[in-house]
Amino acid sequence: MKQLLVALLAGTLFGAGLAFSGMADPARVQGFLDLFGQWDPTLAFVMGGAMIPMALAWIVQRRLDKPFADAHFSLPGTSLIDRNLAIGAVLFGAGWGISGLCPGPGLADLAINPLPALAFVIALFAGMIAHRVTS
Amino acid sequence: MLAAFPHAIPLEGLIGGLMIGVAAALMLLGLGRIAGVSGLAARATGIADSGAPRGIAVAFVVGLPLGALIISAITGGIETRFPPSIIPLIIGGLLVGYGTRLGSGCTSGHGVCGMSRLSPRSLIATAIFMASGFVTVALMRAGGVL
Repeated sequence: MKQLLVALLAGTLFGAGLAFSGMADPARVQGFLDLFGQWDPTLAFVMGGAMIPMALAWIVQRRLDKPFADAHFSLPGTSLIDRNLAIGAVLFGAGWGISGLCPGPGLADLAINPLPALAFVIALFAGMIAHRVTS
Repeated sequence: MLAAFPHAIPLEGLIGGLMIGVAAALMLLGLGRIAGVSGLAARATGIADSGAPRGIAVAFVVGLPLGALIISAITGGIETRFPPSIIPLIIGGLLVGYGTRLGSGCTSGHGVCGMSRLSPRSLIATAIFMASGFVTVALMRAGGVL
């Protein structure tokens, strides 16, 4: 129960941050990727802002034996750089540019602009399923 | 400071970014997990078999629209300018879904969590998806679809 509340609080704060920062607005995100148009640097400020608490959190993490509300850390490796990572990132970046959306804003926008957000989210899950059945 | 970019909202971006960072720190220090939205969404729907416990993934994913709704209510509405056609949403969604599973992460997992960890894997992934996004939008502009 405590774990679910922590996850819900984290997700809610994450969604609030996306909305407050303008990152739930696909045109603004696309504006950051649009170097040859009216470039909008806002996304860089969002990334920079998010780095600050997370850089501190990684320093704290190294001194902890276990997280506050769970039995152990379950963290991915940091060194594997392979073909899948590179091709996946190319495809993701292309979809991000075409739509102005990545998974977080797509899901957050279900509450703000449900119809177009739902079209994106359905396609998002269809793409995930396509990966699952072909790998 | 940013007079050359009249559309930018740097202060809101910085504050919203801090909120996102605190949320990711809460996942890391509270639950020992990466706040990677693509992975948690795949886990919440059962598309992925491994990863966070289902309940944790569902709770986080449900929080995303909830948080956006709270900010929208407090500030009197937020702007969400979607592409005018459904076609870029469908093509974009398919590519984002397939690509984030193949590449094991998106802007949150590789970008926010991995870069702040100085993970070589995430630094490479982020550099590639950023470059791919820049090139894609440049091609759209060149092709007259933007």
